[in-house]
Amino acid sequence: MTEDALLAQAQSVVAAVTDPELPPLTIEDLGILRGVHVRNGIVEVLITPTYSGCPAMREIADSITAALGDAGIEQVRVRHVLTPAWTTDWLTDTARIKLMDLGIVPPEPGGGPEVLFNRTRLACPRCHSLDTEQISAFGSTACKALHRCLDCREPFEAFKCH
Amino acid sequence: MPTTSVTVVETPLVTTLLALADDALILGHRTSEWTGHAPLLEEELALANIALDLIGQARALYQAAGELTGHSEDELAYLRDPPAFRNALIMELPNGDFAFTIARLFFVSVASDHRWRSGLAEPALSAVAEKALKETAYHIRHAAEWLIRLGDGTAESHRRAQEAVETLWPYTGEITEARAAWLRAVTPVLDRATLRQPNDGWMQSGGRAGRHTEHLGHLLVEMQALPRTFPGATW
Repeated sequence: MTEDALLAQAQSVVAAVTDPELPPLTIEDLGILRGVHVRNGIVEVLITPTYSGCPAMREIADSITAALGDAGIEQVRVRHVLTPAWTTDWLTDTARIKLMDLGIVPPEPGGGPEVLFNRTRLACPRCHSLDTEQISAFGSTACKALHRCLDCREPFEAFKCH
Repeated sequence: MPTTSVTVVETPLVTTLLALADDALILGHRTSEWTGHAPLLEEELALANIALDLIGQARALYQAAGELTGHSEDELAYLRDPPAFRNALIMELPNGDFAFTIARLFFVSVASDHRWRSGLAEPALSAVAEKALKETAYHIRHAAEWLIRLGDGTAESHRRAQEAVETLWPYTGEITEARAAWLRAVTPVLDRATLRQPNDGWMQSGGRAGRHTEHLGHLLVEMQALPRTFPGATW
């Protein structure tokens, strides 16, 4: 296989790898995948963590190696890159739609560290009411915050702006 | 005597990286001690998340220090003795009550925000700093809002928050490279929390030089027990 063909195949395999904590979303949707290269027959995949301590990084790296292995690509190196720092601006439009379908509100700017007790009101992903409040800026994973709807009373998550 | 400890040869850059890494690791460990004990479920999640951020920052910094010293991140975290740790003393103090934990998180996070901002211009730090800065913004907001709730809350929460501020104040000298800027961020929150700001006086120090309180040894014994007892263990 030529390096170009290998690269094209590796790119399509890696782009389809999903996030362990948000399985309907791929690592490409989330902006975690930063690049795929081929050097001397070795496929190098660059990924970046959403948060410094993101515990899913190892599993994502293993999933990438496994997916490429299933496609017959064995010579693989997964590298972590920190810079440029991951930002929610990298979420694709597909990612935003998929998040909404999951009941997770996509990120909206929340203001700097000096903004206290003053959160953006998010629309409830179930009943679309704007009468909602944030319960905590820290949810079930580092990248999400916890909110609740004061109309339908359902709690919901929001992807934090980062 | 055989020992599992490693000795690190420190250049000034290595010392800088270790000081920041140790700050993040030790405060991260302290914060993680709340897991299973926090006053409410949402706070449990919040403190665990914050601990995770700090330990993640520590890992990146240990990896950077490791590239310069030939030690792995695990060796640097688990196989150094207390006098080799470069963290500021405020990080290792026991958690105390919730007010103490929150006041410390606030004081440290405001100092970290400043440190990461200056780190953006330092080649060895910029990648970690860029990431940590975003996380620190959430930590500051979380701690500041709680400090205001506690200070401006009941008589008991006010008393506990005031005690925490006074106990911690002499430990803040070691974490503030730019005292005036730190005070500019801290004073408005203390005012809003109706807490009295102590006067700056004699400050505790020594952590950066490896002179620690007795608390660090106890913390490390628990944190390092497994890799010290079973060297090279994997799971």
